[in-house]
Amino acid sequence: MTAPTYDLIDFDEVLEKFDPTLGLEVHVELSTQTKMFCGCPTEFGAEPNTQVCPTCLGLPGSLPVVNRSAVEAAIRIGLALNCSIAPWCRFARKNYFYPDMPKNFQTSQYDEPIAFDGYLDVILDDGETFRVGIERAHMEEDTGKSLHVGGATGRIHGAEYSLLDYNRAGVPLIEIVTKMIPGTRERAPEIARAYVTALRDLVKALGVSDVRMDQGSMRCDVNLSLAPRDSGELGTRSETKNVNSLRSVERAVRYEMSRQAGVLLAGGEVIQETRHFQEDTASTRSGRRKETSEDYRYFPEPDLVPIAPSAEWVEELRGTMPELPWARRARLKQEWQLSDEELRDLVNAGALDLIEATVAAGAPAGDARSWWVAYLTQQANTREVALDELPITPAQVAHVIELVSSGALTNKLARSAVDGVLAGEGDVDAVVAARGLVVSDEGELVAAVDAALAAQPDVADKIRGGKVAAAGAIVGAVMKATGGKADAKRVRELIIERCS
Amino acid sequence: MSADPGSPGPTLGRDDVAHLARLARLAVTEDELDLFAGQLDTIIEWVAKVGEIAAVDVPPTSHAVPLENVFRPDELRPGLTQEQALAGAPASQDGRFRVPRILGEEQ
Amino acid sequence: MSELIRKTAAELAELIRTKEVSAVEVARAHLDRIAEVDGAVHAFLHVAEEGAIQSATLVDEAQEPASPLAGVPLALKDVFTTIDMPTTAGSKILEGWRPPYDATVTARLRAAGITILGKTNMDEFAMGSSTEHSAYGTTHNPWDLDRVPGGSGGGSAASLAAFEAPLAIGTDTGGSIRQPAAFTGTVGVKPTYGGVSRYGLIACASSLDQAGPCARTVLDAALLHEVIAGYDPLDSTSIDQPVPSVVAATKQGASGDLSGLRVGVVRELTGEGYEAGVQASFDAAVRQLEKLGADVVEVSCPHFTTGISAYYLILPSEVSSNLARFDAMRYGLRVNQGASAEEVMAATREIGFGPEVKRRIMLGTYALSAGYYDAYYGQAQKVRTLIARDFAAAFQQADVLLSPATPTTAFPIGAKIDDPVSMYLNDLATIPTNLAGTAALSVPSGLADGLPVGLQVMAPALGEAVMYRVAAAYEAARGPAPMPEVKA
Repeated sequence: MTAPTYDLIDFDEVLEKFDPTLGLEVHVELSTQTKMFCGCPTEFGAEPNTQVCPTCLGLPGSLPVVNRSAVEAAIRIGLALNCSIAPWCRFARKNYFYPDMPKNFQTSQYDEPIAFDGYLDVILDDGETFRVGIERAHMEEDTGKSLHVGGATGRIHGAEYSLLDYNRAGVPLIEIVTKMIPGTRERAPEIARAYVTALRDLVKALGVSDVRMDQGSMRCDVNLSLAPRDSGELGTRSETKNVNSLRSVERAVRYEMSRQAGVLLAGGEVIQETRHFQEDTASTRSGRRKETSEDYRYFPEPDLVPIAPSAEWVEELRGTMPELPWARRARLKQEWQLSDEELRDLVNAGALDLIEATVAAGAPAGDARSWWVAYLTQQANTREVALDELPITPAQVAHVIELVSSGALTNKLARSAVDGVLAGEGDVDAVVAARGLVVSDEGELVAAVDAALAAQPDVADKIRGGKVAAAGAIVGAVMKATGGKADAKRVRELIIERCS
Repeated sequence: MSADPGSPGPTLGRDDVAHLARLARLAVTEDELDLFAGQLDTIIEWVAKVGEIAAVDVPPTSHAVPLENVFRPDELRPGLTQEQALAGAPASQDGRFRVPRILGEEQ
Repeated sequence: MSELIRKTAAELAELIRTKEVSAVEVARAHLDRIAEVDGAVHAFLHVAEEGAIQSATLVDEAQEPASPLAGVPLALKDVFTTIDMPTTAGSKILEGWRPPYDATVTARLRAAGITILGKTNMDEFAMGSSTEHSAYGTTHNPWDLDRVPGGSGGGSAASLAAFEAPLAIGTDTGGSIRQPAAFTGTVGVKPTYGGVSRYGLIACASSLDQAGPCARTVLDAALLHEVIAGYDPLDSTSIDQPVPSVVAATKQGASGDLSGLRVGVVRELTGEGYEAGVQASFDAAVRQLEKLGADVVEVSCPHFTTGISAYYLILPSEVSSNLARFDAMRYGLRVNQGASAEEVMAATREIGFGPEVKRRIMLGTYALSAGYYDAYYGQAQKVRTLIARDFAAAFQQADVLLSPATPTTAFPIGAKIDDPVSMYLNDLATIPTNLAGTAALSVPSGLADGLPVGLQVMAPALGEAVMYRVAAAYEAARGPAPMPEVKA
């Protein structure tokens, strides 16, 4: 008997009839030097099975010892998510058979996670804040990697045999699970994406992981269920794996909403199952059917002793927290006098770090911002690179800004200087000299000043008479005569000198 | 399982044993099913005596030794070479362990 | 010198140190003995002749003795990984397996200059009380070759009683050192849990397993104890404290004065269920201690009687998880029946594991199942707490506790193999110590109907010193113990 096929319901219609409930599980691979329970390296890309030892290979007789840095990272993630840190917790064994797990159990945490009951305030595109509840964050170890050989697509279905590499087995993972997220309505896909983005930024700010979804150091599973609109009930949820980008998070939610609505509206029942996201079609596909649901037979890990972080240790770690992303944004909004829209534009452009660094190098915030957001963004777009990939540093930009405000360069010539740096012609001063962007010769300046004064004798008289303000016209004339390359400030000084 | 989980009352039949064998990846024979069913049933009745102890407020012990916070620093330690790792492997290829095709799914 | 095999480890060490005899001579004498009797006893699964001579040669060439036991031969239970010898844990599933690393215990023995003669027989994965569950055939008790030597460490104990080695290492999860010691008339010690590293000890029940010294005298056991014990950063459950001074305590004990010491007889571990001969031997031992000046008190540990049920829930649960790694994918036996990994796994485990192991794996799987955890494993862990409390209360009243090590003497081979529960009851007296993580030993207390009986002395965690002291005092007062002659 073939499975019935259902329609995909249009998004708006889904929302007319149903309320979605979201749940997101994110696994973060820590960037510690060594694995969770042994001293093997965690570096990516080594020859297979060259970063293993008796412990992470699960050899008979081997034993685990907990990596202190991994615990610290877990606590810091918990603190950043406003969680309570367990005063006492243990590891547990999650028992199931699979060849990528050397012990055929995973050392994880079950009912005693190290961090629990927190939240993350997610700022949406329109500036609205949505609070996502965090159920728990806990420590566990990663599995090895399997290559399936012989099948058509290199995937597990139809493969003849598999090849196992255990380099990744035992790498520390932190699993972060949200509470159920109701009330998202039509913003469910957006909120899911915004949450994963915010979590990524937060973990990145902590410096504990590369959080690259495209490299697998951050993995997301999307849980979704639908209930009849305004019923307050809970539907049956599906779990979607293989969600490898932020965009896929959004699309997976959207697809599942459409699919489940189609099932429910046709009178069918949503099956509680694991599905796989298909990148190419932005859809989800059912995973292998299981006979019975998995019983992991959890029990406390007898080879490890409890972890009891002292209050002092937790406070010490709280003190190492960097300024977290939204706190920083709030501060910059205030310091730079930005509106919500302006801030949002900067965040979306990825310009915040660059502007802040430019300000740190001495430039005024307004100038720093306008350079990065306008001219430099233009240059990045032309070159088809990200802003932070442009071959110019914030310090260099700050120097250019200084030259403009001192009058040494006009805005136009400043852009020329920037062009030169981007073209690889050298540092700012070198480019300015090589391109002849300023008149540095004093004698030339004096000659130009004298010539301008001679050309406007009545203005010259006014200046001699004490009307210093009138010098402006002479400065303008000199700038015009030198094609903007004169140092305006020096010109003004010379005018005063020559007229006194 | 045919036994009632609320009270540890045994009655482990053949089917129950077959289910346990599957969970534990043991391809037990038909004869073994009968033998083990009888033996396990007896053993479970005997170990269920733990239920006779009233221990509602007693905390469980999972460690005989009251140790806490045993850690190692995040420092490299020499491991095995690829050759050593694969030395006992029933089959290997290209530096990896070669295993028959896997039917189940990764968790 | 064939008489070399009759000497104690302490005596051999001294002879070697003074160069009256070479370590190589000592090794050869024992290797010859093994060749002579092990066909009948079957204590050894692997004899490492070449490695032993090499190791002994190094000792003879060394300027300074590496330890007080340098050059003394030893039999190592085949549950410890050894990089130059196969390690099977008594199972077909690891037949011929050569580990790529040494256990910490192995490394410490080598560093001490001890000559490892080979690996000894054991019940498969340390599950059993007779060594009959070895996949490589049972070991025979040197006292009567038709009887079991006890288990799971029957090979180590038998090698001592047969004079194949003066020292051995065993592991004790529910009595696997102490019960064979009692059955073979030798000394066997279970240190405090965490006292000796478990790194490289193929796991049975992680929260119960402990490696320990085995010998023919208390002093020899103490000397070996100080070689292997101590903190290991590779074992998270290892205790970071100084090793108790058991050699000094032994020497003090041998002076024979126990005045001021309180010894507690555990009511629940005597009487009903204990053979008359065993009970008589125990009672005599207690009187002996009294004569040495000890105050004898009776203590009650009411939860001890439930200990065995709790044990046979906790152990199988941990075993079911610990043995999951044997799946034919990375090492060990692979039975190529079936096309899928799952089928190969199941076929391999079916053929590679014996019936006792399979029973315990299924029992453990059951006990940990959803819906059963609280009633079984969860409840058993609570009973464990109650047993620990019983010990704590008893140690308020006495410095050491006493009981017979086993309810019976060595039973005939085959007598209990078809009745699992009757086999489990061998561990009645020894199990409470494993559950509480405290220390205990068995020291020979004479014969009953021509078969050895063991006296169990129990001490609080890290209280090994007083335990060795009492055992040494008793041993000195008892006088020379009879030893068997193996009819090869």
